[in-house]
Amino acid sequence: MALSVREYRARIKSTESMKKITRAMELIAASRIIKAQQRAQAAAPYARELTRAVSAVATFSNVDHALTVEPENPTRAAILIVTSDRGLAGAYSSSVLKEAERLIEKLKEEGKEVDVYVSGRKGEAYFKFRQRPVVQSWTGFSDQPTYDVASDIGATLISAFLNETGEEPEEGTAPGVDEVHVVYTRFRSMLSQEPQAVRLLPLEVVESEERPSEEDLLPLYEFEPSPSEVLDSLLPRYVQSRIFFALLQAAASELAARQKAMKSATDNADELIKKYKRIANQARQAGITQEISEIVGGVNALADAQAGSE
Amino acid sequence: MADTSKPLQVELVAADRLVWSGEARMVIARTTEGDVGILPGHAPMLSVIIEGVVDVQTAEGETWVAAVDAGFLSVADNRVSILSERAEMSHEIDLEKARQELERAKSSGENDDAAEEAVRRAEARVRAVERAS
Repeated sequence: MALSVREYRARIKSTESMKKITRAMELIAASRIIKAQQRAQAAAPYARELTRAVSAVATFSNVDHALTVEPENPTRAAILIVTSDRGLAGAYSSSVLKEAERLIEKLKEEGKEVDVYVSGRKGEAYFKFRQRPVVQSWTGFSDQPTYDVASDIGATLISAFLNETGEEPEEGTAPGVDEVHVVYTRFRSMLSQEPQAVRLLPLEVVESEERPSEEDLLPLYEFEPSPSEVLDSLLPRYVQSRIFFALLQAAASELAARQKAMKSATDNADELIKKYKRIANQARQAGITQEISEIVGGVNALADAQAGSE
Repeated sequence: MADTSKPLQVELVAADRLVWSGEARMVIARTTEGDVGILPGHAPMLSVIIEGVVDVQTAEGETWVAAVDAGFLSVADNRVSILSERAEMSHEIDLEKARQELERAKSSGENDDAAEEAVRRAEARVRAVERAS
């Protein structure tokens, strides 16, 4: 027997306490997912109305806006990678990062330089460890993002994008980018989340999934004060709401991934405890057997010695 | 054109939630061009609103007030949607806190757009509560 019974007991105990922790995390994640889904649902009306308004303006006016114009020669791209703040969520962050690496690779092949923006501590640590530059990072909200964060990120990305079309980038600011991509994890269901890369800017309004249905035709809107001014304030909001959407999806995915990871960790702990219990029992039995045979041997030896002396 | 006898379907939507939805007789909001009042049968319109107060007279004849941030107002087919990043009904606002915020915003001493916006926002919140009571 390799280890004493006592040592197996200690291992069982520590596995049991780990199991308690993973089980608690699983339950917490499960209850938070529901909240995250509710938040995503609560944000849906805003996104829907905004999309409606944007498509209305896009349909009825021929105003070109800086955010929708495709640059002729894109040379620089920005990527926003949405990761989690904390680990213990299985492959959640690493699969987003893998997807991001693929996109970076692709963009580099197209001859574009890539600026990286990261949300979430895990992504930040990933790039820091590899000593790769990150233009800006946001942390501390990955499981419950607020709109303020989304609008902050949006404002940063939009100004990076607009910088290119402006005259000259100011001293000390990052050079402007020609396109902006977002890599986040899409929440399909509790069981499947997949990393996804989408291009955010220049905007393609049609790509939205919550398009108004065909039957409710868009009415002829009057724009106040003017179509271009409406568009001016509409589009940045649209971008921010898309980012908010990505953050909410990522939050729900993170929690689902964590729940799944913690569930399998709990199951593994159960297995381990079972295994250790078996080995410990075996060790206990072996100990008893040995003791008995030692006693029997001792008695026999005594009896032999007594028989010899008589 | 839209039927003028039917009430308006109003939705007040903030970025993270639906604040209020229901039927109304009249909606008043502040756009960049000034206050607009919307009655049933209004022509389709999309306009930019600024930080301010939105008045809604419901179909039952009650009036409620909400403080909103900059955003949009869209009117079509008797449907009015007010979109704003932040929106609060007057009864959700803590008057004391709102007043303190207004003081702070006014005394911050900064003179840029952001500071002005903060003042307008705080003012709107205080006004919303005062008007409702």
